[in-house]
Amino acid sequence: MKFRIYRYNPDTDTAPYMQDYELEIRHDDSTQGKMLLDALLMIKQQDDSLSLRKSCREGVCGSDAMNINGRNGLACITPLHTLKEPVELRPLPGLPVIRDLIVDMTQFFKQYHSVKPYLINNEPPPETERLQSPEQRAHLNGLYECILCGCCTTSCPSFWWNPDKFVGPAGLLQAYRFVADTRDQATSERLDDLEDPYRLFRCHTIMNCVDVCPKELNPTEAIGKIKDMMVKRMV
Amino acid sequence: MVSRVVVGAHYGLRDWLIQRITAVLMVLYIFAMTGYLLMQPVLGYDVWTALFSSLVVRTFTLLFLLALFYHAWVGVRDIVMDYVNSAAIRLVIHVLVILALIIYSIWSVEILWGM
Ligand code: SF4
Ligand code: SF4
Ligand code: FES
Repeated sequence: MKFRIYRYNPDTDTAPYMQDYELEIRHDDSTQGKMLLDALLMIKQQDDSLSLRKSCREGVCGSDAMNINGRNGLACITPLHTLKEPVELRPLPGLPVIRDLIVDMTQFFKQYHSVKPYLINNEPPPETERLQSPEQRAHLNGLYECILCGCCTTSCPSFWWNPDKFVGPAGLLQAYRFVADTRDQATSERLDDLEDPYRLFRCHTIMNCVDVCPKELNPTEAIGKIKDMMVKRMV
Repeated sequence: MVSRVVVGAHYGLRDWLIQRITAVLMVLYIFAMTGYLLMQPVLGYDVWTALFSSLVVRTFTLLFLLALFYHAWVGVRDIVMDYVNSAAIRLVIHVLVILALIIYSIWSVEILWGM
């Protein structure tokens, strides 16, 4: 199987380049179930200068997000047999490259933290937990599962243009996660914070985010629901 | 001045909403107009002058044009916000667009009521 991988080492390279690799993997039963990450680790055995992030190898940590044949995804849950050759691998777009497939996620997490992704409730905590009914809890489905891999935000053109001012789909999904939480008391402050022309309204409903999310979440829908709430509170 | 990223101008929702409302207004006007024009057996100078001598038609046409201009303002500003990085150049473009749209508005009144 053929691979073309983006290489860049800021200490030795003046410019990034694409490097070809080949692996002895045949398309038969033994490759069914093999993931792209397995192939990358085999390549790393050939050439240990190749750098990438990975950890859980089962789609729960979000660390091996990369651009696979032009589309963002997690290498560990991308089956090899679904990929067209040569498999072109690049770092996530729109973020500074640290080395090879590793990007600097600082801006992504800055935006995530800017939406205050934690429960705000000023009442004294009860003896046990703050309870929710099953229906109230159901509102959090499709929101809390985000693993912050960054696939969505780095595929969003609005984030490419304004990474410092536009929160991006991952952050906005989390903003809605706390707006939708019945235990949270800061709903109007959260809406105030997003009611400006950049933080939320740079989203032009391009829906790249929905297309790439490896957890099949829908940031666009969450953004729409935030807009609905803003409209409701205004009229 | 400290160079720190500041956001929080509170007109995001308002302009977004106005853009939707003006879009609906424009669609309604276009439907009504094309419907009316398609119903005419012959489309000539007489039909046009008769149509635009009505105060209602003039008013709604003006409303349509103003909706169009506001819609265009939000749209153009969105594009400029995405692609023009310098705030100074953005401001200049914004002012020019606003000036043009105000002139168009005055011009529209003149055309509609000057006939
Ligand atoms: S919404 Fe999906 S793509 Fe975006 S960070 Fe969360 S898990 Fe990743
Ligand atoms: S729908 Fe919005 S947040 Fe998602 S990719 Fe498009 S512009 Fe970005
Ligand atoms: S290694 Fe954890 S998500 Fe892929």
